[in-house]
Amino acid sequence: MDKIRAIEAEQIRSDLPEFSIGDTLKIHYKIIEGKNERVQVYEGLCIAIKRSGIRRTFKVRKISYGVGVERTFPINSPRIQNIEISRRGRVRRAKLYYIRDRVGKSAKVAELIQKKTKKESTEEKA
Amino acid sequence: MLGLIGKKIGMTQVFDEQGTQTPVTVIEVEPNVVIGERTPEKHGYSAVVLGYGVRRKSRIRKPYAGQFPESIDPSQILTEVKDFDGKYKLGEKIGLETFEGVHFVDVRGISKGKGFQGVMKRHGFAGGPRTHGSLVHRELGSTGLASGKVFKGTKMPGRMGAERKTVQNLQVVKVDPQAAVLLVKGAVPGRRGATLFVAKAKKK
Repeated sequence: MDKIRAIEAEQIRSDLPEFSIGDTLKIHYKIIEGKNERVQVYEGLCIAIKRSGIRRTFKVRKISYGVGVERTFPINSPRIQNIEISRRGRVRRAKLYYIRDRVGKSAKVAELIQKKTKKESTEEKA
Repeated sequence: MLGLIGKKIGMTQVFDEQGTQTPVTVIEVEPNVVIGERTPEKHGYSAVVLGYGVRRKSRIRKPYAGQFPESIDPSQILTEVKDFDGKYKLGEKIGLETFEGVHFVDVRGISKGKGFQGVMKRHGFAGGPRTHGSLVHRELGSTGLASGKVFKGTKMPGRMGAERKTVQNLQVVKVDPQAAVLLVKGAVPGRRGATLFVAKAKKK
């Protein structure tokens, strides 16, 4: 097993910021179309983190033209150029699947839950 | 033929620069020791006897120990490889360096034992309908007709797995002689820790 760990450890990325569930993320994801490469920014709410080690993935949900879109990214993928945390969320659950049922009006509820407390924001500034 | 004895460590995945994930099997290949030679003059064919691992002294009986030249410690596993590529002396160690530049390999091993299995799992039979009042669900159906007997080799339930299997043309993802590790794309027969024989692909 240690040999497997050694192989995986080489590939695990530690350069990305640590984020948690409920955070709104901006993912700069490299897209390869034939020979062209470009970076696409995907912004949404992180609703789940699954597995561990090299296989770790996270799921990001956003509403695009009125349709809910969820994308799963492998955290250790070299195609992720950068992750920006645009807002920290305050949640009490490890998986935010309930947000799927709250499209539209109650999407606000999800945002309220993630409201930053004053204390946290001052700490971040300092 | 180029081939070495190894051990299955397990499976994981590997990213390439483009971010594609490849499922890989990790095979540990510590340097194999040349233990004996078979020559056309003496044995009628040419081969090299490779040994892998170290067997405890208490586990060695004289007939087994007799196969080894005195200067070499008895190995755990022995294999003869016919018409081995390159010349090696007795006692010489052959590591994964020999696999550099090899892009495809065949891997041989003993598959996982599945026990006594029915005909659907063992031979891929269709079985009967699951519903609509059917009384035949996972049965095999007919085993032949008009001959008054069942032909030998007819596919029937029985022991499945735990047999010698070869997986051909597996892509080599990485060769690391220093860590004594070979990464191969896809699955390989056997449980973790199983003994494997890794050879340069025959058909590529």
